Amino acid sequence: MSFETATVRRSASTGFAARTFATYGQEFIILACIVVLFVAVGLIAPRFISPTNLTTIFVGNAYIAVAAIGMSMVIISGHIDVSVGSLIGVLATISGTLAVSGYPVWFAWLAPVIVGMVVTSFIGVLVAYVRIPSIVVTLGMLSILKGGLISVTGGAWITNLPPDYLIAQFRLFGIPSPVWFMIFLTAVAAMFMRYTAFGRSIYAIGGNGEAARVAGIPVERTTVTIFAIHGLFAGIAAVLFATQLQVIQSTVPPNLELTVITASVVGGVSILGGTGTVVGSTLAAILFAAIGSSLIFLNVSAYWLRAVQGLLILATVLADMARRHRIG
Amino acid sequence: MTLSLRSFMRHEAVLGILLVLVLFVLAQQSDKFFTTANILNQGRLMTEIGLIALPMTFVIITGGIDLSVGSILGLCAILLGVFWQNLGLPLPAAMALAVCVGALAGLVNGLIITRFKVPPLIATLATLALYRGLAEGISQARSVRGYPEWFFVLGQGEVLGVPTQLWILIVFAIGAAAILGLTTFGRATYAVGANETAARFSGINVDRTKLLIYTASGLVSGIAAVIFVSRVSTTRSDMGTGVELDVITAVVLGGTSIFGGRGTIIGTVIGLILVQALKNGLALSGVKGDGTIVVIGVVLIFAILASNLFSRNGDG
Repeated sequence: MSFETATVRRSASTGFAARTFATYGQEFIILACIVVLFVAVGLIAPRFISPTNLTTIFVGNAYIAVAAIGMSMVIISGHIDVSVGSLIGVLATISGTLAVSGYPVWFAWLAPVIVGMVVTSFIGVLVAYVRIPSIVVTLGMLSILKGGLISVTGGAWITNLPPDYLIAQFRLFGIPSPVWFMIFLTAVAAMFMRYTAFGRSIYAIGGNGEAARVAGIPVERTTVTIFAIHGLFAGIAAVLFATQLQVIQSTVPPNLELTVITASVVGGVSILGGTGTVVGSTLAAILFAAIGSSLIFLNVSAYWLRAVQGLLILATVLADMARRHRIG
Repeated sequence: MTLSLRSFMRHEAVLGILLVLVLFVLAQQSDKFFTTANILNQGRLMTEIGLIALPMTFVIITGGIDLSVGSILGLCAILLGVFWQNLGLPLPAAMALAVCVGALAGLVNGLIITRFKVPPLIATLATLALYRGLAEGISQARSVRGYPEWFFVLGQGEVLGVPTQLWILIVFAIGAAAILGLTTFGRATYAVGANETAARFSGINVDRTKLLIYTASGLVSGIAAVIFVSRVSTTRSDMGTGVELDVITAVVLGGTSIFGGRGTIIGTVIGLILVQALKNGLALSGVKGDGTIVVIGVVLIFAILASNLFSRNGDG
């Protein structure tokens, strides 16, 4: 349904500006929110836009944006993964354990990515071939990963990480590496989804699975591949998460799956499948991080953060639905 | 219709056999498992999840989902403490008000879903964050203690030798089963989940049905909150975190189709007992708490897998 309205809308608007806005409306709105937020809070509390604080915001949250890229693809294809937070926790622990056990650094970086892809491919197989709804598979997987991690590690801290392992603390041209990762991966994924046949088929499956099948897209194989790509991004996110501090706590970061899903959805990915971009999800992840940080500078108790986030999600979703109805 | 009836009876049969098998194996592992004291205590522990699982069965049968139940539980628990201690209301009034807030929270979910046509997964994902955020913001991480002695009857007392809240759960379960199985409202619930457009054209007020169901989900979460506070004697803002997963696991394990249109209360109750028996039995046989979560995850996936295979081989 949403896919059809989007197509109609696009062909109806003729001007370049109108066309661009119709395609990237949500992204522009979020970008505007980010700019307004930074300017407004920056005027009230200048230290908010100091390089130190900006670094903190971006470095501490880039991994969420990276994970949201893969999640966006999964949601656009009409599925969901509620286990991604637990997966990132497990992968970060694997990575850290390998690093302190004396394995070469590149192996500690690569292993979580591969394990992540294996786990999500398995989810993909259950979803695509065995036809278990993704919410059920990943709900089960969430329990398995979370319970497994805590029973094995007991939530212990991993310390004494070798300095050359801490990739998230590297800098290139003075800009921390997580920011580079975020920008580079978003750009690559955005191009991939817009200009490759495989990228287009993600939208096709989410828009109308049966039509996609009739059009000759191997729906099952594509779905498994989408989940595998999602695992790739979760693996990279886990490495960025694991290396941002000197220690890793081997537990599941609380509410991480919700933060990642929220970034995707607020970024304009329709939960009905078929529409959305990864640029939007990355912008939404930045917006969330900035809101969290701005509350501190505005002297609002940190305990209100979740409520503000919830209101924001609700407002975005309602605005999106209202826009859809006006057009459709 | 008889076809679908047969197929979900089959799922319940599979589940029933699984339950007997699990109970048998667990009883072999520990002689404490099949004692009256243990069984009644497990009933106490599963009441909150069980209560919320009843309206959740309705929600999932309509093809929806309610992820915000855990947060509503937390919000109502916090408000119970605030109404009673900070506003100085009498405790019964505070309890009633907290339950009303739960119903209101559910009503808001229902309105977002029916009026704005927001998919339930997203609507309740948003309110999950919002309601938990309100609970955290209002409580500022302070806990409320010192409830009067009579209040604990609800969560720690017994009536006729059976935990008080287990009676409540039994009454609610019978009520829910009757509504779902015997009334026009129950049939409307199935119709909405099986084919919403067809239901609309047959004159069913789809929006009103959904609105009522989501409101009931919030209301029952509020009741569960009061029982929870009475059971653990204190109020904290993180109460009920993750409850939605336990609830959905029990419901889906019980044979309710996540796509809607199919499911029964008796299935949910079996699913609930299965999850609780696994948790308890494994704990008694020396598996640590987190290990049991793994088993529940595996059981959830396999139960759906098995029922998928059976229904495909049978009815085709």
